[in-house]
Amino acid sequence: MSLFSMSTHSTYDLLRHLADSWGLVAMGIVFLVLCLWPFRPGARVTNDEAATSIFKDENDGER
Amino acid sequence: MVSLVTRSGIWLAVLFLAVIAIALAKDTPFAIHMGICALAALIGLVVSLRQADVDSLARGILKMPDQGRYDDDPIRWGVIATVFWGMAGFLAGLYIALELTWPQLNFGLEWINFGRLRPLHTSAVIFAFGGNALIATSYYVVQRTCRARLAFPGLARFVFWGYQLFIVLAATGYLLGVTQGKEYAEPEWYVDLWLTIVWVSYLAVFVGTILKRTEPHIYVANWFYLSFILTVAMLHLVNNTAIPVSFFGSHSISVFGGVQGALVQWWYGHNAVGFFLTAGFLAMIYYFVPKQAERPIYSYRLSIIHFWALIFLYIWAGPHHLHYTALPDWAQTLGMVFSVMLWMPSWGGMINGLMTLNGAWDKIRTDPIIRMFVMSLAFYGMSTFEGPMMSVKSVNSLSHYTDWTIGHVHSGALGWNGMVTFGTLYYLAPRLWNRERLYSLRLVNWHFWLATTGIVFYAASMWVAGITQGLMWREYGPDGYLVNSFAETVAALHPMYALRAFGGLLYLTGASIMAYNITRTIIGSPLRVEKPMTETPYDANRDVPLAGISAAHA
Repeated sequence: MSLFSMSTHSTYDLLRHLADSWGLVAMGIVFLVLCLWPFRPGARVTNDEAATSIFKDENDGER
Repeated sequence: MVSLVTRSGIWLAVLFLAVIAIALAKDTPFAIHMGICALAALIGLVVSLRQADVDSLARGILKMPDQGRYDDDPIRWGVIATVFWGMAGFLAGLYIALELTWPQLNFGLEWINFGRLRPLHTSAVIFAFGGNALIATSYYVVQRTCRARLAFPGLARFVFWGYQLFIVLAATGYLLGVTQGKEYAEPEWYVDLWLTIVWVSYLAVFVGTILKRTEPHIYVANWFYLSFILTVAMLHLVNNTAIPVSFFGSHSISVFGGVQGALVQWWYGHNAVGFFLTAGFLAMIYYFVPKQAERPIYSYRLSIIHFWALIFLYIWAGPHHLHYTALPDWAQTLGMVFSVMLWMPSWGGMINGLMTLNGAWDKIRTDPIIRMFVMSLAFYGMSTFEGPMMSVKSVNSLSHYTDWTIGHVHSGALGWNGMVTFGTLYYLAPRLWNRERLYSLRLVNWHFWLATTGIVFYAASMWVAGITQGLMWREYGPDGYLVNSFAETVAALHPMYALRAFGGLLYLTGASIMAYNITRTIIGSPLRVEKPMTETPYDANRDVPLAGISAAHA
């Protein structure tokens, strides 16, 4: 049975239970991975390069 | 040649369509708005015909932009527009503050009563002042950090002028009484459609520039800008889903009704705060604070955590605007919990910005622009603490619907958004117009102190007013009846309203000094003769070898 052929109530019920179970778990994992990504081994150099990239070639198009 | 003909043809067609719409209009405000559109099309037509370089077109020479230079014209216009709309918005704010204190200032005119001027003020400061600052700085930052010229130069200019037309249509609409009745989403369906076109073009210019970048890494400020553009597009489309009553009239009916409508509205409303007034302005912080301090951001990792935490948490915080309403309890609690969780990443971001000055704290004393950024970050921290606190249900039962909310919003808007925008404008003006430095640094200092004192007057009076209101509204006598009538609470607040207007006057005065300073910088006046902000003392008598000193004493 497709999502859209269900009654409004059961659509709500399905989404609501998805939101506080597997949906929440999936969002939590994605969030953690994104936050921990810059802490992966060897990322320090990349981070430092990114942080100082705005100072490369100090002339920002000014004559 | 073809492009000139096509462009003029489009302007002419738009002009005709607007005139037809005036003729068929169902109501006067719609006719006036179509008149404004017709005028805009006429200006577009005249400008594109006058600017055409007919000689080179005839000789078949196409002027190609120099890819080795940044495209700064729309940014220069944006800086001027930001200053202009800022002045207009602050003035409107001061006027409605005076109206609340002395209602005679309504003069019995429907066009300038509080109810119509208030959305004019909020939209002018948020969307006109803030929006122009965001568009201009995003064009500046994305070019510099990607080290590539702006993609789609024509579209970039369309975004600037199209956005100004949106502002004019929205502002005139409020004065004429055209509104959807949704806070911060007042413009009606046709203005919303126009903004959608402008916004999608903005997204195209921004993403296009990122795609043609020569830097491998996309600097974190661009993440914040991109999330701001994308999320505002999504919020705008969903909350403004409405069916027009007539295609030639200024009324529409929202597809959401009742509590669903309220939830969608505050999902929009709070994320307008989160992504327009926070993510976009954080992008400015993450670029301009390190540049002005000449030090990289304290922790690049923390900035990434800050980014993802805001993205994942903010979107759920909206229901805290609907505590103790018909919204289901679990949704209210959800909004409250996510709002409280937001406190941590916000303070992480504040600390990240402040600690960027680590080892260069003296700049707060010597550089008034850094001083503005630091005050801005301090207010970011303060209002992101106050906000989560006010979203807690028991606090909200006292604070909601009172002036405490107004005070909170203004400590965020005047302190956080205002100060970072001023600092950025001061950073940009000499660079964009190729001046040695600003016309005057002492005047920046004056602006800083006037604005700061103004905010203190504003926020402090509104705290007192809000808590007074909240306590008076809930006060019961021994017989179980409410002690105070509503009119009595209004009378009790009168002195606080006067103090608030005084704070607004100080803030406006500071902004006028900025307008003067930036104007003098743009027109290239000689630098103001003034005492420098810092001096290194030098004593010639002591600048001698030890033998010299003993000889002098002998």
